[in-house]
Amino acid sequence: MNPIALLNSLPGAVSQGFIWGIMAIGVYITYRILDVADLTVDGTMCTGGAVFIMLTMAGWSIPAALLASFAAGMLAGLATGLLHTACGIPAILSGILTQLALYSVNLRIMGKANQPINANNYRLLVSSRNVRVLSTENPILVVGVVCILLIAALYWFFGTELGCSLRSTGSNSAMSRAQGINTNFTTVLGLMLSNGLVALSSALLSQYQGFADVSMGRGAIVIGLAAVIIGDVVFGKLFINFALRLLSVVFGSVIYYAVYSLVIWLGMNGDDMKLITSLIVALFLSIPYWKGKYFSKPVKKGGAANA
Amino acid sequence: MLDVKEIWKTFNAGTVNEKTALRGLSLHLNDGDFATVIGGNGAGKSTLLNAVAGVWPVDAGSISIGGVDLTHMPEHKRAKYIGRVFQDPMLGTAATMQIEENLALAARRGKRRSLRIGITKAEREAYIERLKILDLGLEDRLTSKVGLLSGGQRQALTLLMATLIKPQLLLLDEHTAALDPKTAAKVLDATDRIIEKDHLTTLMITHNMRDAIQHGNRLIMMYEGRIVIDVSGEEKKKLTVPQLLELFSKVSGSDEADDKLLLS
Repeated sequence: MNPIALLNSLPGAVSQGFIWGIMAIGVYITYRILDVADLTVDGTMCTGGAVFIMLTMAGWSIPAALLASFAAGMLAGLATGLLHTACGIPAILSGILTQLALYSVNLRIMGKANQPINANNYRLLVSSRNVRVLSTENPILVVGVVCILLIAALYWFFGTELGCSLRSTGSNSAMSRAQGINTNFTTVLGLMLSNGLVALSSALLSQYQGFADVSMGRGAIVIGLAAVIIGDVVFGKLFINFALRLLSVVFGSVIYYAVYSLVIWLGMNGDDMKLITSLIVALFLSIPYWKGKYFSKPVKKGGAANA
Repeated sequence: MLDVKEIWKTFNAGTVNEKTALRGLSLHLNDGDFATVIGGNGAGKSTLLNAVAGVWPVDAGSISIGGVDLTHMPEHKRAKYIGRVFQDPMLGTAATMQIEENLALAARRGKRRSLRIGITKAEREAYIERLKILDLGLEDRLTSKVGLLSGGQRQALTLLMATLIKPQLLLLDEHTAALDPKTAAKVLDATDRIIEKDHLTTLMITHNMRDAIQHGNRLIMMYEGRIVIDVSGEEKKKLTVPQLLELFSKVSGSDEADDKLLLS
């Protein structure tokens, strides 16, 4: 129980939080904006890293490999989107099908279950080696800048005509069709964008930890949800603006990893973290339901009469 | 204008819940016709509107507007020609979006949605003017989330959205049924004004026989998936509720009309 050890683990927690924050933004797009629970991300969270490492080792430049990771994630989102819209399979099941398929795909990409990459041989964007170094290569700085750029881009996108049609699809799909929006298209587009971001996060994570592993995405959806929910609970009242909402998701992810470090520091088994995460997310998802069921306030009558 | 020819629709075909909602229904609306539609529960009124709007494809028959064949066109493409207001006030607007954002969505009905900015400054000014027509004070609340509005306000907003770009056909599916009488009258009043101003061709379902007689230039009564009464012009103006009930009993061969129709 050495406080210095906890302090030492914090920079790592923050950089991991930022990296997973990008993933959580992807989850936010499907879960909150599109109103679809997309389980594809558990697979995509490995695909991005796998594609990045293989391409980097094949001599691709870092930006090109990152772009390719993003594109690979979008392809995964496209698969789920088409299963859902063109084949009429429920969204959750579509995600599970793609996720399972991606397990094989990821193994095919890497050729084995775990693919390391040596930070000495490649100019990687981020590495956990620099996490306590004060330099421009510190992953907290690098990923922080990436987060801000992504949030700015998303803020712009969701303000465009196309972005608005995506938001309205999640808010009210029947109304969206009545207003001439092809909701199948917007749903697929949202899933592609979301999974592209998740794959990008995965590519950063594989660089940070120095390897891609076929099981690195297991439970990613729950971690993403945890970040979204924590961000909501902590900053929900403060951050109303859309860009700030996305930022709160990233902060939620950072808090999650800070708590993770704390739990480890307290001497709990790191293997139990998924159980704890699951319980916390289940609890937070139940609260609105319980509130409505057991603590409902009497509603003022006659609201419609004021029209 | 609107040409519906011999359309059929059966739901849950081949199951115990099989229900033929439209039985070879035909309807022609002239440009500028404002037709009210009445009929008992299960007469096929909403089914007719949904068939025209393209919520699902019809089993047989054809639908066209202004000479354009819509029969096999998906719902979102038909939106270019059709404005709709639903019975449920929650259905017509996006609750988590602002009033101005909802209007901006409607302003792009039938147009390609690109990466241009979703709402421009000039638009905002125009929306303020349009919202004033409703006389509900919404023009001061452009950035309020629609979810905060009352049912009547949302319904009035939906009406405005449906007519923001002049539709070739306006479909109103009992759009005042879920509102209290005072609000319903207000929304209906706004409906009349907008239809008259823009000379809109309209199909309006109502369960209120008096409204059906008072509004529009044409009255259609449906029974078991067909149109059984279709009156217009002077004949419609002189119509009274008792006469309408009598007409209905004669056509349907029963007097169940009293229970099912006299809800007003």
